[in-house]
Amino acid sequence: MSAPEELPAAGDQAAGTALRIEGVHKSFGQNHVLKGIDLAVDTHQVICLIGASGSGKSTLLRCIDLLETIDAGRINFFGYDITHPDVDEILVRRQMGMVFQSFNLFPHLRVLRNITLAPVKALGVPAADAEEEAMALLRRFGLGDKARDYPERLSGGQQQRVAIIRALAIHPRLMLLDEVTSALDPELVGEVLDVVRELALAGMTMLLATHEMGFAREIATRVVFLEDGVIVEEGPPSQLFDAPRDERTKRFLGRVIEAGRM
Amino acid sequence: MPAERGSTTGVTSTPIAGSAVSFSGTGVAASRGDPDPTGTLGADPFRRRKKRLLRTARGAMVASTLSTLVVIGGIVVAFLLAPGSRQVRSVYFDVHDMWQAFLGDPHAGFYSVGAGLVINIEMFMIGEVLILVLALVIALIRQSKSPLLFPLRGLAIVYVDFFRGVPLILVILAIGFGLPALYLPVVSSQSAFVYGVLALVLSYSAYVSEVYRAGFNSVPHSQIASARSLGLRPRTAMRHVVLPQAVRTIIPPLLNTFVSLQKDTALVAVLGAVIEANRAAEIYSSTVFNYSGYTVAAILFLLLTIPLARFTDHLIARDRSRRLAGVT
Repeated sequence: MSAPEELPAAGDQAAGTALRIEGVHKSFGQNHVLKGIDLAVDTHQVICLIGASGSGKSTLLRCIDLLETIDAGRINFFGYDITHPDVDEILVRRQMGMVFQSFNLFPHLRVLRNITLAPVKALGVPAADAEEEAMALLRRFGLGDKARDYPERLSGGQQQRVAIIRALAIHPRLMLLDEVTSALDPELVGEVLDVVRELALAGMTMLLATHEMGFAREIATRVVFLEDGVIVEEGPPSQLFDAPRDERTKRFLGRVIEAGRM
Repeated sequence: MPAERGSTTGVTSTPIAGSAVSFSGTGVAASRGDPDPTGTLGADPFRRRKKRLLRTARGAMVASTLSTLVVIGGIVVAFLLAPGSRQVRSVYFDVHDMWQAFLGDPHAGFYSVGAGLVINIEMFMIGEVLILVLALVIALIRQSKSPLLFPLRGLAIVYVDFFRGVPLILVILAIGFGLPALYLPVVSSQSAFVYGVLALVLSYSAYVSEVYRAGFNSVPHSQIASARSLGLRPRTAMRHVVLPQAVRTIIPPLLNTFVSLQKDTALVAVLGAVIEANRAAEIYSSTVFNYSGYTVAAILFLLLTIPLARFTDHLIARDRSRRLAGVT
């Protein structure tokens, strides 16, 4: 598991490490958001990032997807250093699926085109094949009849499910989910979590920032608690939720319970 | 401290001793400068006496028709009663001259204003397409982040600043008389029509490139982030995600610019050699010494621009009602 595969060109498939983050720092101007993050994600693991807004969860996910350039540290993706200056970040992003809090579907494209755009235009998949696969995914997640609709016609829950399918369509080796239910009405949260649950059961490697503590407890292999840009505590959900060691974790979970979110 | 604050708010300056109704009826209305605070009906704080005519939809229609008639009637009467009215009418609005100018008569030495307008339309149509393309290129260059394009980016900024700053008529003169004077091959041997269109394209592309840029900037950054996260190259994201959304938002301002392009084609008249509507009217007036030809040209330009202006309004209204319906 912890094989020394630090060399940039190693590319070890044997080791089950999907992602290894080492000493990652990120600032926006004066705002020091990530202050030395170390985190490893093995294949088929589901890691839940929890923590208050502004703790750095989203920034960490965006740094992993190379949407932000880190100031210091290294990110290793399946044995390759993806923070090396010679890395083409576009090629890296084609192996990661990112889902955003606000869906970000393309409003001018129908659902089907939203899903097939990247496979066709980025990966060079023939349009017919991409459409066939997109339809299969839509049907699998109960959206088969929405393929020809524009996103605006869909409910928030349906839009977010399409966004997840869109990310899946590029066959990512890692899914990054950034508070995918936070923008949804409460009654629509379930249908989106069902999809995420199904992905977890299918063995998808996932890193998700979430405020849904019950869900994190249910599906997480490991829960990671962030505060002020550092990982305060991490462990299996049973340990982190039921017997948190750090005072800050206890305080945070206390506030969550008080707010009735757990 | 509290006493000071109270004296500035106006509401508390009126005695609060009264009931809630008198509080809102006199205190608030009076402090906001209601012209008739006593117009409240009885104790109901939400009613005031409206003008009787404006109470029904039909009444409002009658009122607007009446006021329109009064205004237009006033203008017509003022025009007819003006001391020089007769003179102006015979020089600018002579029906016979207008008809003559419209038709043109090559034997009498003047051209048809109506046929001239066709040339205006040609300049507009050709210019429009070229402007859309050139402006897009300029906007894309300005938008690009590539370090290789840095010199071009600087050039694009200078270009836009220059052509937005120089009056169109000077651009037309400079191109139309300057380029032929250079005696360059090809460049100096074009027709005045080509120079006119070229000047319009150069000038308007500067404006339209800014319209494009505003459109690009109107696409939320989250859209670009999600295109990037899917592994699309910047060029692909621009073409399939940003551009289609930007074009939608810029169609009304774009059409607005083209309304003014339609009539600015008349400025090409300064080159003399392009017999478009305005130039034809000019020739007519200097041949017959009657300005009715200009009136014809004005009417024809109105007939040309008003439909496009209305169509633009229609699109804006549709876009607005769509957005109000919660569709983003």
